[in-house]
Amino acid sequence: MAAGLTAVLALLPVLALGSQALQGSAGLWPHLAGTVLMAALADTLVLLTGVGAVAGCLGVALAWLVTAHDFPGRRLLEWALLLPLAVPTYIVAYTYLDILHPIGAVQGSIRWLLGYAGPRDFRLPDIRSLTGCVLLLSLVLYPYVYLTTRAMFLTQSANLCDAARTLGMPRRQLFRRVALPLARPAIAVGVSLALMEALNDVGASEFLGVRTLTVSIYTTWITRNDLAGATQIALLLLVIVVTLVSFERWARHRQGYATAARSRPMQPIRSHGLRGIGLFLLGAMPVCLGFVVPAGYLAVEAFKRWQFAGLSPRLVDEALNTILYAGGATVLTLVAGVTAAFALRLSTGRLPPLLYRLSTIGYAMPGTVVAIGVLLVVAPLDRFIDGTTKQWFGVSTGLLFIGSGMALIYAYAVRFLAITAGSADAGLARVPRSLDDAARTLGYTAGAALRAVHLPLTRASLSAGALLVFVDCVKELPATLLLRPLNFETFATHLYGEAARGTYEEASIAALAIVAVGILPVVVLSRIGRNA
Amino acid sequence: MRQMLLGLTAFTTLAAAGQAAADVNIYTTREPGLIQPLIDSFSKSTGVAVNTVFLKDGLAERVATEGESSPADILMAVDAGNLVDLVDKGVTQPIDSAVLKDAVPAQLRDENGHWFGLSYRARVVYVAKDLDINTLHYEDLADPKWKGKLCIRSGQHPYNTALFASHIVHNGAEATETWLSGLKENLARKAAGGDRDGARDILGGICDIAVANSYYVGLMRSGKGGEEQVTWGEAIKVILPTFRDGGTQVNISGASIAKHAPNKEEAIKFLEYLVSDEAQEIYAKANYEYPVKAGVAADPIIASFGELVVDKTPLSEIVKHRKTASELADKVGFDS
Repeated sequence: MAAGLTAVLALLPVLALGSQALQGSAGLWPHLAGTVLMAALADTLVLLTGVGAVAGCLGVALAWLVTAHDFPGRRLLEWALLLPLAVPTYIVAYTYLDILHPIGAVQGSIRWLLGYAGPRDFRLPDIRSLTGCVLLLSLVLYPYVYLTTRAMFLTQSANLCDAARTLGMPRRQLFRRVALPLARPAIAVGVSLALMEALNDVGASEFLGVRTLTVSIYTTWITRNDLAGATQIALLLLVIVVTLVSFERWARHRQGYATAARSRPMQPIRSHGLRGIGLFLLGAMPVCLGFVVPAGYLAVEAFKRWQFAGLSPRLVDEALNTILYAGGATVLTLVAGVTAAFALRLSTGRLPPLLYRLSTIGYAMPGTVVAIGVLLVVAPLDRFIDGTTKQWFGVSTGLLFIGSGMALIYAYAVRFLAITAGSADAGLARVPRSLDDAARTLGYTAGAALRAVHLPLTRASLSAGALLVFVDCVKELPATLLLRPLNFETFATHLYGEAARGTYEEASIAALAIVAVGILPVVVLSRIGRNA
Repeated sequence: MRQMLLGLTAFTTLAAAGQAAADVNIYTTREPGLIQPLIDSFSKSTGVAVNTVFLKDGLAERVATEGESSPADILMAVDAGNLVDLVDKGVTQPIDSAVLKDAVPAQLRDENGHWFGLSYRARVVYVAKDLDINTLHYEDLADPKWKGKLCIRSGQHPYNTALFASHIVHNGAEATETWLSGLKENLARKAAGGDRDGARDILGGICDIAVANSYYVGLMRSGKGGEEQVTWGEAIKVILPTFRDGGTQVNISGASIAKHAPNKEEAIKFLEYLVSDEAQEIYAKANYEYPVKAGVAADPIIASFGELVVDKTPLSEIVKHRKTASELADKVGFDS
């Protein structure tokens, strides 16, 4: 029942968009096919492959580094490696564009060292390229893989790694032959989250000049005023994503990943001295590039601004709005995600998995497209309520859901359901079915079993999912812009407003605030992860 | 349940009270901070509060779906094309205001009164300071002598779409395709980023000339964008290019009255205030745009570019060629 409701609510905006797409768009596809389609598809594919490979390898390697090895500063790295999560893609793109620009600090120093007079005499290749985009996105997206994979290494691999050792497997083979195959569901979840983030990114692509299919959606809609055509492209993108994800699931459909044993951490290899320091520096590099550099850059810019004009009192209201709405959306998304994943576990037949898969596709869509879908669902409801109360009671409620910001929370949930549903699903996969049976034999209803057995056992992955959703809501921009009520500002909209005016220094304060809000849950999560 | 009902009652009372006070509600795709001084001075003299929400994409969709329950009174947008889209979606209403008609030149407003330009900007060319060049036709931008030396933002950005559409009006679609191929050949880097990047990249030695909007020069040189941008603004000089058989291409920021505007009267008053001498002056000073009203001077930084000869083509005519312009940009692979 609850699961059905979740699926319906998650699917309504997508269906609304589907009906838009059906309205047809004459000549769109011949035009696209004859012009940008192949190039956009190629760019999209290269971007996805690149981010998948770079962020995937980084995430897995780093997760292994901090679970299988012990070295000075490991505890610090364990959570610091999550910090780049707090940096939105558009901020990392803007920062590096500025720092690496021919007139920026880096190239300036190089010219000074080499004795060149000006940028016209010597300059490095432009960061505005597909390669640049892959690298920059990977820098802030690898934590999705790191987070999910580390949880798996921590809780599951330990016993089997020890068993493999007992059976005489050399240490260096453990990673490849035991840990990696076991972590595959977690890696798949992490990588697909990173890929979907990369796919629906428009901010960084705009700065870096990368033309993915997502950009074609905007061109078709905004420049050519063709919403139907734009939703058709969006739906095509969805098909690509759903195919990829289903393929991965199909490829491991015969494998089970449950473990009954109570987990305990793997015994790491200790490294001291130079080797220890080396390992630490290796692990610290992504933190520096993905967090310290952009956050430091923002801090410097924000400090300049603060000295110049002080802090705007708006920031307090914005902080409240940001935290309140992101928090509300996190709770809603978590409940919906657990419901969906648990219903999937209980179900038999083909329909529930399909419904589950469909209800999480909001994540693969650009924020604005989701927002339009939500508008198409919520606005008629608002109008109906307003019309009815006017007719019966003579009072106007105005726009109840849009006006109160409820529509925005709904949009966040539709957009990010994939994260909590995915982490709930991954967590539940590790709870053996025998526990379900045992609970039911003891007279627990499914709901009671969920509360008493499954939720406690999946706490770590659920908190990871909740954290990701919260940070994503704080960073979310396009849906927030479109669905917010009058006079409603969050850090992200403030940042966008300043950027739109070109007052980037003022924007840096809001940007720094987004990063700061993003750090808090990272710290909280690292504690939960350790205790679990 | 009881509490929910109470809450609902309180909410509706508030909503009703809010409406009684006759605020003006603005949905805008322009950052409201740009007109904040105008809002403040209007509210002070009339006692009418102004509420704003800044949207990026989807303004038309939002107002359309909100329908008759929408609180929006005024819809503000940049680019005539976006205003025409609002009219096409049926979310605007015509207004008949002598004040607006007198202040806004016919070429910069809708003939049926659905939208009015409030300020305008020119699509100009930034060139490196040491370059010996003072005039330019838009057509010359495709000249191979600029090969690898031109910077411009995405060919699908509305600023460029409008420029390309104007080129179609002046030279036809076929010649425009050739011209766009030439432009593409001349690019020094990917067509991306914003207009200000043109100035920054000229300073960085990446390009010699860049196509960009006029007001950014004011924003950069005045220091409003921070110290660093002053150096970008000082690294360039500005040329007001013209079409061979016309003037400089301009575009507007403008406004419409929403079809279901609950506070139409106050909304019209606000628009009329925006074209008053006082407001137009603030507009010009704060945003470095050209005032629409004759007799109001542009900011000195903008005036220093020289005399602007505005192209005579009505904006509504340019808007008709937007789709072709956008498709041609795709066809020549402008952004790839």
